[in-house]
Amino acid sequence: MATAPALEKPPLTVAEPPAARPRKGILKYWRLYAAISPFYLLFLAFGLIPVGFSLYLSFHRWDGLGSMEWAGLAQYKYLLADSDFWNAIGNTIIIWALATFPMIFLAMVTAVMLNSAVRFKNLYRFAFFLPNVTSVVAVAIIFGSVFSTNFGLVNALLHAVGVDQVAWLNTPWGIKVAIATLMTWQWTGYNAIIFLAGLQTIPTELYEAARMDGAGPVQTFFRVTLPLMRPVLLFVLVVSTVTGLQSFSEPQVLLQTTANDSTFSGGPGHAGQTMVLYFFQQTFDNNDFGYGAAVAWGIFLVVVLFSIINWRLVQRRDED
Amino acid sequence: MASIKGSLRRSIGLHATLILGVLLSAFPFYWAVIMSTHSSSEIFSYPPKLLPGSHFLENVRHLFDAIDFFGSMWNSLLVAVTVTFLVLFFDSLAAFVFAKFEFPGRKVLFALMMAIFMVPAQLQAIPQFVIMAKIGWIGSMTALIVPAAANAFGIFWMRQYMKNAIHDELLDASKLDGAGFLRQYWHVALPVVRPGLAFLGIFTFMGQWNDYAWPLIALTNPDNVTLQVALSQLNGTHGTTDYGMVMTGALLALVPLLIVFAIGAKQIIADLGKGAIR
Repeated sequence: MATAPALEKPPLTVAEPPAARPRKGILKYWRLYAAISPFYLLFLAFGLIPVGFSLYLSFHRWDGLGSMEWAGLAQYKYLLADSDFWNAIGNTIIIWALATFPMIFLAMVTAVMLNSAVRFKNLYRFAFFLPNVTSVVAVAIIFGSVFSTNFGLVNALLHAVGVDQVAWLNTPWGIKVAIATLMTWQWTGYNAIIFLAGLQTIPTELYEAARMDGAGPVQTFFRVTLPLMRPVLLFVLVVSTVTGLQSFSEPQVLLQTTANDSTFSGGPGHAGQTMVLYFFQQTFDNNDFGYGAAVAWGIFLVVVLFSIINWRLVQRRDED
Repeated sequence: MASIKGSLRRSIGLHATLILGVLLSAFPFYWAVIMSTHSSSEIFSYPPKLLPGSHFLENVRHLFDAIDFFGSMWNSLLVAVTVTFLVLFFDSLAAFVFAKFEFPGRKVLFALMMAIFMVPAQLQAIPQFVIMAKIGWIGSMTALIVPAAANAFGIFWMRQYMKNAIHDELLDASKLDGAGFLRQYWHVALPVVRPGLAFLGIFTFMGQWNDYAWPLIALTNPDNVTLQVALSQLNGTHGTTDYGMVMTGALLALVPLLIVFAIGAKQIIADLGKGAIR
């Protein structure tokens, strides 16, 4: 307090009182390192070592109990030729697409409407967010009954309008539609709220200017709203890619009652077996830990590839 | 006049569409309530029941006979509450350091943490299982609590929050008053970032309550599972026999979650979009 008033206020940083630093070295920061250490210790034990170990494991054959046997690239060679894995990749991408595109469209429409409706906005947001609060297990059980062949609500509706009932959880595309519907239901409101947050950052003057220029609502949306929303759209797309391509609980709970060989098989004909379900089946049902590790790295690659593709697609629209 | 009429009509159409959306959002909950109040034979009948029946208490009784509902709910609560408090403490402590202090290696450590954020969970699943089997944690709640006790998302989130909310002048003043690092954290930083903590806490609780994949493989003893795992077992083994009971279980499992959400809804909905538009 008593120091001479400097002409320019020196930048105040809390942890670097000018004098001590060179002498005591990094030891004087021990409190800070101690404060961040829990995360890094946990990461070391349950993150870094596991990831390194899973890489090591993927070059071995191991049933989880006996001794490990060096396999070189054999697991990866097998993975590339494994039609079941390719089937799982296909299923995952189809389910992801069936869920994501309707979800983004519906979320955007909802957000635009919420942005213009002045009354009850918070009430609507609360109601739309509710599906995201639920547990996937409970929801999958509920959707299982909605799509049930014998007494499901969807089939009852179809019957009422004179259409034959569909064995939703027994046909390849029915399974995918059911899973995708569940995911769309659960995530539309969540994304709508994120879109709404983005919409609220767009200055109203831009809309007024567009109206002055004689733009209709559709034109305004595509010329003003959408371009400014691209960062938020990118965020939603990347998050839904990373989570959607790793879907596990939805198909596992929804299809385990119709599964005959394994609770991770993804229903009849493996039609709902996602990549992560396949990973669990190979690892914990077949006790093939080495191959499971290779599958995990395969999933990782697919997710990274897909995220890059999505990123590029949205970015390129920027340059046009 | 015409334009007022037009805007009124548009407003009615808008609300009608939004209400339709709300009904679609709410319908599965309604459906679960309906199913949980009917016996299985009523559920299998046609046309489907759309109004509540009278079998709720019976379904509850069957549910409690089939699984240890309160036992597994207790396990879920134990894990979710413990993890939430640990995460709030460890994450905010680390976030405080990253937000407000300079020290050697800060940038590298922070970048490393953000990279960890991107590593998918299943890459760690097998080795984590193996490690925990070796140290004897498989089958106990420790296997669920310890790895979740601190996370990159929370540190990142709290750091962003603290950067803006805690003023350097405030910290300097407290320092002149002789406050050490821990006092600064506890008495200066924490009170200011309470809303950020509330968001992180509620989100962590919901995430833990709903976690399914890891508890499914880590809790090998069927008598000692979390509620989500118990529910899925119910669906797998009793799914075709007693749907009313399964639905009752699914519905009751949502109650604690809805309570927590109702308490923190304002916080969550207000803060949710922030991560995307920063």
